Amino acid sequence: MYSLNYHRASSVADAVKLAKKGDDVKYLAGGMTLIPAMKTRLSAPSDLIDLGHIGELKGIKVSGKNVTIGAGTTHAEVAANEKLKAVCPAVSDLAAHIGDPAVRHKGTIGGSIANNDPAADYPAALLALDATVVTNKREIAAAKFFTGLFETALKDGEIVTAVRFTAPAKAGYEKFRNPASRYAMTGVFVAKGKANGKDDVRVAVTGAGENGVFRSKEIEAALSKKFDAAAVEGVKVPSKNLMSDIHASADYRAALVVVMAKRATAKANS
Amino acid sequence: MGVEGIGARVARKEDRRFVTGAGRYVDDMVVPGMKHAAFVRSPYAHADVKKIDVKAAEAMPGVIAVLTGKQLKGDGIGNLICGWMIHSKDGTPMKMGAWSPLAVDRVRYVGDAVAIVVAETKGQARDAAEAVEVTYREKKAVVDPARALAKGAPQLHPEAEGNLIYDWEIGDGKAVDAAIASAAHVTRLHIVNNRLVPNAIEPRAALGHYDKAEDHFTCWTTSQNPHVARLVMSAFYNVAPENKLRVIAPDVGGGFGSKIFIYPEEIVCLWASKRTGVPVKWVADRTESFMTDAHGRDHVTEVEMAFDKDNRITALKVDTIANFGAYMSLFSSSVPTYLYATLLSGQYNIPAIHANVRAVYTNTSPVDAYRGAGRPEATYVLERTMETAARELGVSPAELRRKNFVTQFPHQTPVIMAYDAGDYAASLDAAMKAADYAGFSERKKAAAKKGKLRGIGMSCYIEACGIAPSAAVGSLGAGVGLWESAEVRVNAVGTIEVLTGSHSHGQGHETTFAQLVAQRLSVPLDTVSIVHGDTDKVQMGMGTYGSRSGAVGMSAVFKALDKVEAKAKKIAAHLMEADEADIVIENGELKVAGTDKKLPWFQVALASYTAHNLPAGMEPGLKETAFYDPSNFTFPAGCYICEVEIDPDTGVTEIVQFVAADDFGNIINPMIVEGQVHGGIAQGIGQALLEGCRYDPASGQLVTASYMDYTMPRADDLPSFKVSTSNTPCPSNPLGIKGCGEAGAIGSPPAVINAVTDAIGDNDLTMPATPLKVWTALKAATRH
Ligand SMILES: Cc1cc2nc3c(=O)[nH]c(=O)nc-3n(C[C@H](O)[C@H](O)[C@H](O)COP(=O)(O)OP(=O)(O)OC[C@H]3O[C@@H](n4cnc5c(N)ncnc54)[C@H](O)[C@@H]3O)c2cc1C
Repeated sequence: MYSLNYHRASSVADAVKLAKKGDDVKYLAGGMTLIPAMKTRLSAPSDLIDLGHIGELKGIKVSGKNVTIGAGTTHAEVAANEKLKAVCPAVSDLAAHIGDPAVRHKGTIGGSIANNDPAADYPAALLALDATVVTNKREIAAAKFFTGLFETALKDGEIVTAVRFTAPAKAGYEKFRNPASRYAMTGVFVAKGKANGKDDVRVAVTGAGENGVFRSKEIEAALSKKFDAAAVEGVKVPSKNLMSDIHASADYRAALVVVMAKRATAKANS
Repeated sequence: MGVEGIGARVARKEDRRFVTGAGRYVDDMVVPGMKHAAFVRSPYAHADVKKIDVKAAEAMPGVIAVLTGKQLKGDGIGNLICGWMIHSKDGTPMKMGAWSPLAVDRVRYVGDAVAIVVAETKGQARDAAEAVEVTYREKKAVVDPARALAKGAPQLHPEAEGNLIYDWEIGDGKAVDAAIASAAHVTRLHIVNNRLVPNAIEPRAALGHYDKAEDHFTCWTTSQNPHVARLVMSAFYNVAPENKLRVIAPDVGGGFGSKIFIYPEEIVCLWASKRTGVPVKWVADRTESFMTDAHGRDHVTEVEMAFDKDNRITALKVDTIANFGAYMSLFSSSVPTYLYATLLSGQYNIPAIHANVRAVYTNTSPVDAYRGAGRPEATYVLERTMETAARELGVSPAELRRKNFVTQFPHQTPVIMAYDAGDYAASLDAAMKAADYAGFSERKKAAAKKGKLRGIGMSCYIEACGIAPSAAVGSLGAGVGLWESAEVRVNAVGTIEVLTGSHSHGQGHETTFAQLVAQRLSVPLDTVSIVHGDTDKVQMGMGTYGSRSGAVGMSAVFKALDKVEAKAKKIAAHLMEADEADIVIENGELKVAGTDKKLPWFQVALASYTAHNLPAGMEPGLKETAFYDPSNFTFPAGCYICEVEIDPDTGVTEIVQFVAADDFGNIINPMIVEGQVHGGIAQGIGQALLEGCRYDPASGQLVTASYMDYTMPRADDLPSFKVSTSNTPCPSNPLGIKGCGEAGAIGSPPAVINAVTDAIGDNDLTMPATPLKVWTALKAATRH
């Protein structure tokens, strides 16, 4: 790790102010992605602004079907929140299976989506839930927020403050873990909600797309006809634009999308 | 057995400090004035070094020195060597390319060190290492051993034309070819043994300290054999004469073979300490470990096994290419020759065997012994072939093996080894019973109903431990003897220190060695301490590898105990005016048999040191040394059975059952033995299903350079193992011990792959059988 200046922000406004000072400033949330990158010297910020002590970024609010999760909320808190579990257990289940206990107790939802690792879990949930990302400046629809590998719509210095969504009638998430890293090698989030008074099925895939998280039209079409695991059977997902690496070929990922979608749907219906 | 003696499940004495974080490793060592080092390493797999500019680095904050290979050579530091001479079949000695501890004009793998930076802090050393400007001219690299042999391949060393280190053979090629020509059936296979990264939990580290006042060096290092390190560093690298070099290997967090070898870093830290006048510490980070620890395995083999019409094996022909990486590591040459080809008879009567082995340079990390070293490769070749043959012949894999088992001992194989004892059918029967082999077809049906593919596979392994006798290994080219030493030091109050030349880096010597002493001298375990790992404290010894600490190391302790016991009895007889032959040792006392005369142990010890009343002519004191040189290798053997269920949708293999039935001879501590077997099987399953070191074939970059891409086995990858042992005591050592440290890693990979290939019906699967590979194989099968 290179030496750097550490700042502890007391509020979002304070963090924004601090961020204007250094020449290569980075926000620090749980540090589960940023610190390892700094230790291997891949990331070398001049200044680190710790968001970990900002009360307004923390906590989960559920009112009716409307859910707001503060950006600084840890995966463990999301996994354990009873109110959230009652309206959208799929998100709690997703959070409960991120990394290991240490990662879940430090890592945050804001850090995860700001980082937008193509193998991260939350982006699939946000996209399938048609969630809104709230920042200190604006509100961004999930579909516009995730723009590419490790890329988001966030501008320099912009801070994610919360994630908001309406709990769907049914939702489920299933992932196939990368054998080595245990990140999602292919993860599928299925949600059956309402849009304009009509059923709206959304299926988002993470860990597989060359450009990060994406919606699977093929699976959405199948599940829109019947929201049942059997409906996914035999669906063909094209392998074009899917990642290929030493752990999984694009063809294999395409097959896994179908299998994970099937299992996620079964979970959503259980 | 007592509650603490031989055969007792004593909890490991050393674990308290390990599990409470109180172990003391090289990185915990602090010497006044100590500074920190970072190495500048090649980012290229193959390049000429045109220029090294250290000016900017020298000017960085905290930097004490930046030193290069030219200066190292200028100071007369020698090249690294391989200590086992192998001759090619044409009689020429192996072709060893020069390996300078700091590369001078050529780098040959990603991670090859070119300079060392010494600075006040580790961070400053790393910052400055990045500022060293090395001008490279990149060359074409080759990472695949077969390609390295091909015409036109990039050449690594001028000494080794065509990248060929040796072309060695063993056995009777003519007899084998004749047997194959007249065979009723021949099974042929192409076998790849995947390259592994050792991944000890503690990374390698070295602290070199030159004491100017004494003109003396101390080296703390992560070594499995500190005396060998001292010998080699003084005899070959000209660091210092042995009497001026102390090597200490304190607590060492796992080695698996990778810490046997002498690496560039410890040599360079010692030399840099003298150059700079400050103690120099280097600790590898995980990436350096992945790049520069000696890797394991990496063989490509063609095998042919011939059978007569009664399904008896008539011959075995093996042709292997072994990837040695960029340089010949300390014992690399012995691994695919005498630790591999000599085990190719397995548990079977094979009248004729021929093996040809070509050792090859490539632009990858050096390859050397890794848990099992040669024997896992031999077992994999043989047991994959046996299982395949059974399938081709349409007979039960168990019965094919049983029909060919060696049953008479001693048994001379055609490839040097003389098996002394064993009962292979006993292990096979025990394993089949524990696995309910007979019930497999029912379980397969039940699995099919759930949409799962179930498969079963076995492996009957034999291995050779101890790596001795010295005269035998000497005649085969070893540069050292492979005996072991012990000193038993009884203190005046009766407590005991045992100084062993073995080294414990996880094996539990502090417990098992003490159990032996407690048993023999009838003293409490707590009064026995085991001392190891320091060349200034302990007499010359050969260290720990090849499952030798029990069979060889403890036998040396046994011999020293014979001497201590004899002297103690003489003193007791003298004090109690009895005949020496009537003295027995029991319950912490020396007694005159058949009388009520007795002396507590401590009084005899005390008497030896007060020396007020000793038998005429006896020297005072109670301290004895012994060197033990075995008369044969030891031959642990056993049968492993693996049962898997495969999810055809995802290609995921779940191990639903794993049975190990081993014959380790006599056992000192069954709990520790089980722990060794569990760990070994975990590594074997790791090799079979998860671990695979990959280099990019074009650039030579290490692709699996972190845990993000290199899959280590985790607890949830493994089932609960069913382990058991049977016992044919080893006749060649006084304790009847065979050794258990490597068996799990040797026996398990073929059992796993035999099970997976049984489940999916595709025999060409290579290790690691990842979900991707299994899914791809299944998909290809359904396309047909
Ligand atoms: C061993 C391990 C296993 C893991 N496994 C998984 C897994 O299975 N699935 C998965 O999804 N993830 C996994 N992760 C990643 C983990 O979820 C991280 O916690 C997460 O990706 C980043 O969150 P963080 O709070 O730690 O962010 P940090 O590491 O602190 O920051 C990450 C990036 O986001 C920026 N940032 C953080 N907060 C904000 C904010 N509020 N506004 C704007 N920018 C911000 C930072 O500047 C930085 O660039 C794993 C991590 C580890 C170490």
